[in-house]
Amino acid sequence: MKIAIVREARQNERRVAGTPDTVSRLITKLGFSVTVESGAGLGAGITDEAYAAAGAQVVSSKAEAWSGADIVLKVNQPELAEVELLRPGSTLMSFIWPAKNPELLELLRAKNVTTLAMDMVPRISRAQKLDALSSMANIAGYRAVIEAAGCFGRFFTGQMTAAGKVPPAKVLVIGAGVAGLAAIGAASSLGAIVRSFDTRPAVKDQVKSMGAEFLEISIEEDGTGVGGYAKEMSPAFIAAEMALFKEQAREVDIIITTALIPGRPAPKLILKEAIDVMKPGSVIVDLAAEAGGNSDLTVPGQSIVTENGVTIIGYTDLPSRMAPTSSQLYGMNLVHFLSDLGGATKWNVNLEDEVIRGALVTHEGAITWPPPPAQHPVEVKKTDAGPALPVGPTPEEKAKAAARRSTLALLAGAVALLGLGAVAPPAFVAHLTVFVLACFVGFQVVWNVTAALHTPLMSVTNAISGIIIIGGMLQVSGPLESPVTILAAIAILFATINIAGGFLVTQRMLKMFSK
Amino acid sequence: MPATITTIAYLLSGILFILSLGGLSRQETARRGNTYGMLGMAIAILVTALSPEVTGYGVLAVVIGIGAVIGAILAARVEMTSMPELVAILHSFVGLAAVLVGYASYLDPDNALTGVEHTIHEVEVFVGVFIGAVTFTGSVVAFGKLRGMIGSKALALPGRNLWNVGMILVSAYFGYEFVGQPDHGGLLSLGIMTAIAS
Repeated sequence: MKIAIVREARQNERRVAGTPDTVSRLITKLGFSVTVESGAGLGAGITDEAYAAAGAQVVSSKAEAWSGADIVLKVNQPELAEVELLRPGSTLMSFIWPAKNPELLELLRAKNVTTLAMDMVPRISRAQKLDALSSMANIAGYRAVIEAAGCFGRFFTGQMTAAGKVPPAKVLVIGAGVAGLAAIGAASSLGAIVRSFDTRPAVKDQVKSMGAEFLEISIEEDGTGVGGYAKEMSPAFIAAEMALFKEQAREVDIIITTALIPGRPAPKLILKEAIDVMKPGSVIVDLAAEAGGNSDLTVPGQSIVTENGVTIIGYTDLPSRMAPTSSQLYGMNLVHFLSDLGGATKWNVNLEDEVIRGALVTHEGAITWPPPPAQHPVEVKKTDAGPALPVGPTPEEKAKAAARRSTLALLAGAVALLGLGAVAPPAFVAHLTVFVLACFVGFQVVWNVTAALHTPLMSVTNAISGIIIIGGMLQVSGPLESPVTILAAIAILFATINIAGGFLVTQRMLKMFSK
Repeated sequence: MPATITTIAYLLSGILFILSLGGLSRQETARRGNTYGMLGMAIAILVTALSPEVTGYGVLAVVIGIGAVIGAILAARVEMTSMPELVAILHSFVGLAAVLVGYASYLDPDNALTGVEHTIHEVEVFVGVFIGAVTFTGSVVAFGKLRGMIGSKALALPGRNLWNVGMILVSAYFGYEFVGQPDHGGLLSLGIMTAIAS
């Protein structure tokens, strides 16, 4: 089967739907033959020769590239005129945005093209490797911080220099989805003080693990919508939200907003009155600019400076600005998707597969979007709109309360341990000592693990938990028929599988990280 | 091997495990950390095997041999993207092993503890089996979700918090029944709790 990677027609688009690395995977691992339109990779710094060296055939004619292929891979949706070049019965994989492009859908349907929209892949764990929205959002979040730092006049990190003190920058990230978390991570690494807000309480732990403070308001309303997105909130909640943002706007130097609601214009979160109280030199990066923007004054596609000296960046092409990386990651999303579709030898657009069905927007002369709802159990929602307290406890009050709580907990723990010491036998107390110390040491050590290494951490702690093998070993010395020996032997078997497998898998994972 | 050497060897193991986790704080030291972990585990196993209580070397060799081969094959063959699933299923094995060790320890005729020590031992067995059973089924479900066999949405049963608390209370009740039973009378209570914890 022939794949064609074509040039992007959209102005200023520097990404391409494949790199020499992904092209060679398509050829060697999945059995496709690959054609690349000449100049497709120039925006990402990839020459025609590089593609050819990876095994692709480079063609200079656009028509030849499009019409000669069984599968066309693209980043942005095709121009209406480009649909004409597709061969009937072929497959197209790119971003489509079906809700905004009904005319395009109709043309694709009429051409009998099987269209898989990379922006409609269901956001479930199994599909993470094909999720282009996430891979692009991750890049956008990071880049937002870089753009902000590029036009901000101070350091992100605080410094004590001989010439004087430079305070750290304070960054507020609104929306803790993929882009928001990436922005939090990048800003934290640069040394800024980072805070974040999201209407979904479930992301609090993720935010804290990336090194930011999670801001809360005292209205209990769960903003978790379907598919990991947020939903529209009640007026009371919104009013409290606006009050929080205005107060934060006075204090912070950089605001990065990432709030989107699928199918609706982006919610306006930073109103003009909030922008007016920001300090001159502050920066707002609006990642929702294409959907209208989260701030009142965002100009999509441009960076403007307000009267009071606040820079508002509304670029809509952040992933494109990091084209080499975004092309590689998007290319890999496509490789994984093509692999799930069976590769060249076992090609099957399987309508029973939730992921394929979710992304399929036209097929065999019909429009198959939106897909039937997936079979997931209905969530139990609790919406409690209590009396509106616009702003929650201040950071100082929260800190004092936390200190009081931990002192009490420590005292209670000490009393309990002393009580135990009064009645317990010496051997037990010795074991207890080791156990308690181990808990503390373990906690401290694990807390220092960098976020990128969390998966190998899971794997190695799992391997170490195979120490249960010692328990089994101590039981296995009785007569062979006794239940004790048998149980112990089985336990040792499983524990050994875990130990061997666990350490070796961790080794494999860590090999991927070596530079 | 004198008991003091054994204790020191376990101490060394423990140190190596802590260094193993510590190595993961930076990319450069991460692979060394993994090696420390393997070393610590090897020392612990070797020293236990050489201790006077362990005599069933035949069974031990066979079982460890099979286990190591299976583990190594699994680790070498699995795809990069399926690694979280592998970790989940491996961890379920640890839960299972903990349950089995708990039962074996309880049924062991060589156990000659009395009084408070006996009670503490029984409590430890009980809690160990409880946690092991929860780990086992929990990890199996995690594996299923990662594989796509089970839906990714959390199964939010109505009143699920009540269910969880209820099950913990019932388990605690059986724990109370279990402790202090003469001989191995507590086996039934242990078994019921295992089923609930699963």
